[in-house]
Amino acid sequence: MEVLKIATAGSVDDGKSTLIGRLLYDTKSLTTDKLEAIEKTSKQKGYDYLDFSLATDGLVAEREQGITIDVAHIYFSTAKKSYIIADTPGHVEYTRNMVTGASTSQAAIILIDARKGVIEQTNRHFFINNLLRIKEVVVAVNKMDLVDFSEEKYNAIKSDFQTLMGKRDYQDQRITFIPVSALKGDNVVNKSNNTPWYTGETLLEHLEALDMAAVSNVGTPRFPVQYVIRPKTEEFHDFRGFAGKVYGGELSVGDEVVALPSQTKSRIKDIFFYDKKFQTASRRSSVTITLEDEINVSRGDMLVKVGDLPTIEKEFTATISWMDSQQLNAGSKYVVQHGVNKVLAKVEKIHHKIHPDYSGIDEDTSALGMNDIAQVTFKLNKPIFYDKFKNHRTNGSFILLDTQSNNTVGAGFIS
Amino acid sequence: MKDTSHINPLENEAIYIFREVAAQFEKPVLLFSGGKDSITLVRLAQKAFWPAKIPFPLMHIDTGHNFPETIEFRDRLVKELGLELIVRNVQDSIDAGKVKEESGKYSSRNSLQTTTLLDAIEEFKFDACIGGARRDEEKARAKERIFSVRDDFGQWDERNQRPELFDMLNGQIELGQNVRVFPISNWTELDVWSYIEKEEIEIPSIYFAHKRKVFLRDGLIWSHSDYVFQEDDEEVLEKMVRFRTVGDMSCTAAVFSEATDIASVVQEIRDSTISERGARIDDKRSEAAMEKRKQQGYF
Repeated sequence: MEVLKIATAGSVDDGKSTLIGRLLYDTKSLTTDKLEAIEKTSKQKGYDYLDFSLATDGLVAEREQGITIDVAHIYFSTAKKSYIIADTPGHVEYTRNMVTGASTSQAAIILIDARKGVIEQTNRHFFINNLLRIKEVVVAVNKMDLVDFSEEKYNAIKSDFQTLMGKRDYQDQRITFIPVSALKGDNVVNKSNNTPWYTGETLLEHLEALDMAAVSNVGTPRFPVQYVIRPKTEEFHDFRGFAGKVYGGELSVGDEVVALPSQTKSRIKDIFFYDKKFQTASRRSSVTITLEDEINVSRGDMLVKVGDLPTIEKEFTATISWMDSQQLNAGSKYVVQHGVNKVLAKVEKIHHKIHPDYSGIDEDTSALGMNDIAQVTFKLNKPIFYDKFKNHRTNGSFILLDTQSNNTVGAGFIS
Repeated sequence: MKDTSHINPLENEAIYIFREVAAQFEKPVLLFSGGKDSITLVRLAQKAFWPAKIPFPLMHIDTGHNFPETIEFRDRLVKELGLELIVRNVQDSIDAGKVKEESGKYSSRNSLQTTTLLDAIEEFKFDACIGGARRDEEKARAKERIFSVRDDFGQWDERNQRPELFDMLNGQIELGQNVRVFPISNWTELDVWSYIEKEEIEIPSIYFAHKRKVFLRDGLIWSHSDYVFQEDDEEVLEKMVRFRTVGDMSCTAAVFSEATDIASVVQEIRDSTISERGARIDDKRSEAAMEKRKQQGYF
């Protein structure tokens, strides 16, 4: 089974929830009772169309204000793939939700209102998807019905967006443009008769055709140890299994591995998934590994292949996205959670703030507020084993925890 | 050919979450209702820790209004797997005067469970409660985190949730707080049923079509039982039905069905145009019914 996670980004009133509702409706994923509820509420509000946004805006406050204020997850499937859509709000103040939604996604949909074209918010949405190195981005030019399905308008927006693409950091990101009307259903699931000038795929056709191997992040295998399994039963008296998820590549029985931080070498003896032995542990599988030698490995340690070592350092510089209402200050201490490993960290230097709308940087920054993005150097109380984010999406990322409130206050991408 | 039976992404994610719970918390517990989702959780937990035993107990908050088939099943499963089971009863909370039994036509003990659950969490000092809730079930649940922090009063602050990024789960809490953990957050109803079929997991008989005494009210099929208030003019019928979701007899409606085995149940779910919680009487109370109960500490 293939599962594709998609993040959505759009400004208020760009019709993001309507687009998702339309996808659900046209793939017949909305059940009768949900549809009835939508029909009932649409009628109460006096609409002469179905308000699909009601299918996704789940919290009372959102229904009252008619906006999306938190990441919601929506599920639907076709014969080919299962889809998980992270519906992320598009307000300026909700950058953190966009980063959150995008962090687990392999594809993204950026919505543009055809009447408004590329606006400051669009820059921001594109910047974040690019920062998170989402491989596949669809730019859905929505509300085409309100501009008479004008090819001219569509091409002008496309060209504006292409100018933006010139500024991006991650150049290999694949970008596809599709003219749609979420409200009326044009080019979402079904091909539109209103856009004879558009010969490309509909949104769903495009998603269906995506090659999962091509949108996944492949690098070198990293195996962070989550948990040590020691059954201490008669049958498994000496069993010491290292439980964890394999990231980036594959590991096989017989592979020579190094345990970090001890740098002790051994070989993979067995790979278990439940009670069954496997020759190879595939990428993203949650396996249990045993080693030929009895070496000391515990949670937070990492097994990697000999000759494929990550960087082992007590200091790193990263682009961080700050997510807390309390400021981040130079000199403050936080917990860096890097995968399953936690270390204490000090903010050594805030180099500069980055405007996520491509309008430049602010030098001389001593503090960061909610939704700020910045280049920061951290000093750690012990070394971690990392790769650069551009080489390894998992082993190059981390979250920041507040030592007082325990909250997740930021996310980082190691440069 | 290469064996790919270990690459189901949802299964791998759930196993990862279970291991994070065992590593990050002192006293986790798996909330077990005897329903298909919690039975699926037990299988996933077995997979996460094999060859060791599941390193935490199961707990059932028993309303006393369960289907007897579910309770029999629960006790058998626990015995077969050698697991520890804790049971706490809503009846005890009623007897102690902590909650008041609802009365009337739509009375149910479903929302009373919350008090019994919060008391049990305090009694055992559980810091993580694992549950089988899924985001596709209900709109408010679609916003739920995998590690969802509850305050001292067991309450959910939906406007102020911790962001969850990448695979990283932040289980750091203060004393008195606890975390609700949802390992199958990203599964759909069909995913669960397909998994039960593929893994040949045993489930209680009420999930399969059987003859049952029922009556019709508000377009739903209610079980005829001592626990369910029934008007005199609500006629008792005997019909072939099954349950898609199993809660209390007083809050779970049946569906007409001829599906007597797992393959035909999966097919039925595939073809279905009604959502799972469409048969939950407790959700029909109002559009925001679930969000309201969640804020109060409901699972």
